[in-house]
Amino acid sequence: MTILEFTGVVAIVSFVAGLLGSLTGLGGGVVLVPLLTIFFHVDIRYAIGASLVSVIATSSGAAAAYVKEGFSNIRIGMFLEIATTFGALLGAFLATRIPTSALAVIFGATLLYSAFLSRKPRTEAQRNLPPDPLATRLRMNGSFPDLGGPRSYNVQRVPAGFSLMFGAGALSGLLGIGSGAVKVLAMDQAMRIPFKVSTTTSNFMIGVTAAASAGIYLSRGYIDPGLAMPVMLGVLGGSLLGSRILVKAETKSLRLVFSVVILVLGLQMLYNGFWGKI
Amino acid sequence: MPAAQAPLRQPHPFIPQPWRDRRIEVILGNLLRTGVLLSAAVVLSGACVYLHRHAHEPADYRVFRGEPSEFRTIPGVIQSVINGRGRGLIQLGLLILIATPIARVAFSVVGFAIERDRMYVAFTLIVLVILLYSLLGSGIRL
Repeated sequence: MTILEFTGVVAIVSFVAGLLGSLTGLGGGVVLVPLLTIFFHVDIRYAIGASLVSVIATSSGAAAAYVKEGFSNIRIGMFLEIATTFGALLGAFLATRIPTSALAVIFGATLLYSAFLSRKPRTEAQRNLPPDPLATRLRMNGSFPDLGGPRSYNVQRVPAGFSLMFGAGALSGLLGIGSGAVKVLAMDQAMRIPFKVSTTTSNFMIGVTAAASAGIYLSRGYIDPGLAMPVMLGVLGGSLLGSRILVKAETKSLRLVFSVVILVLGLQMLYNGFWGKI
Repeated sequence: MPAAQAPLRQPHPFIPQPWRDRRIEVILGNLLRTGVLLSAAVVLSGACVYLHRHAHEPADYRVFRGEPSEFRTIPGVIQSVINGRGRGLIQLGLLILIATPIARVAFSVVGFAIERDRMYVAFTLIVLVILLYSLLGSGIRL
């Protein structure tokens, strides 16, 4: 394949990755890493470098729209980001001391179960819970532009969400992937934050987390300009389109897309774990 | 549009919004958009130079060789841009892209300070410090 053909095909694949990444709050890496390594025979280190670029491009590309429209909750994001970054430090410390294959299998199984859980829409009673004292103290409750007009929400179970975010950070330090999935699930399932707010706030957080490790990958020479260029431009286009779709989309369809993507991610984790590829 | 901001179901009438000041949201949104568009423009111009010169060479990423130092350090990238290299321009665009989330966190500190929200100024500063610590402690050569 010539460089021109390679650039074109990778840009198209990246466009799809950016679209799915911005709709689900998972970032483009989930789709990109397996595709680049399996179909384009890209070395895993170049693929990881490209994936890092794709995560930041998804996050920043979609964020402009999400911030202006008032979807992502910066307070929730900043507060939880503390847990994620400390978790990532712990994960990097544990990386040489924990069998990552076993961890990948457990994480994969958890994702399969979560794919099933996250399909269920919330009941009316679950939506109108009274404010939680801790969440109120932390000024996390807010509102977002729902399809029928602005809708307010009360954040629940902050300690559970904070702990899960710590785990998400540790996982990303240990396995290098999948923290976006835990972030969305922690906000959606544990903290009962509306799905669109969960995915867009996760979209904000993954960019910050990825920027923190960008220095390591750049100085180790993982970020190749020839590969990162079509990835960045494609993902950016996809995420801009994704952010427009999310604003108008039904939560039900977004949940469906999300659960399919984390189902695939779960299977990928099980495969990597059982065949010792992680 | 203050009228549209009133929530339909309001369990608590005076709950603060994520950003009470709409201006901060608009400034932040514009800041992000500018950063992203600037980085895309730089990457795209680098891509034109790179593809113009190398379009018909074979693409091979099977073997990891690591990047030469001109694409691994900030002074190296700047030097290769001055030398008129397409890939140097692409790396410069990627550096601008990496800077956008950092700028976003830094601006949020200012935003919370304008709102006189001391608690969140502290939270955001913690995130900013960890972010800069892991960026600068990672061996990246400025």
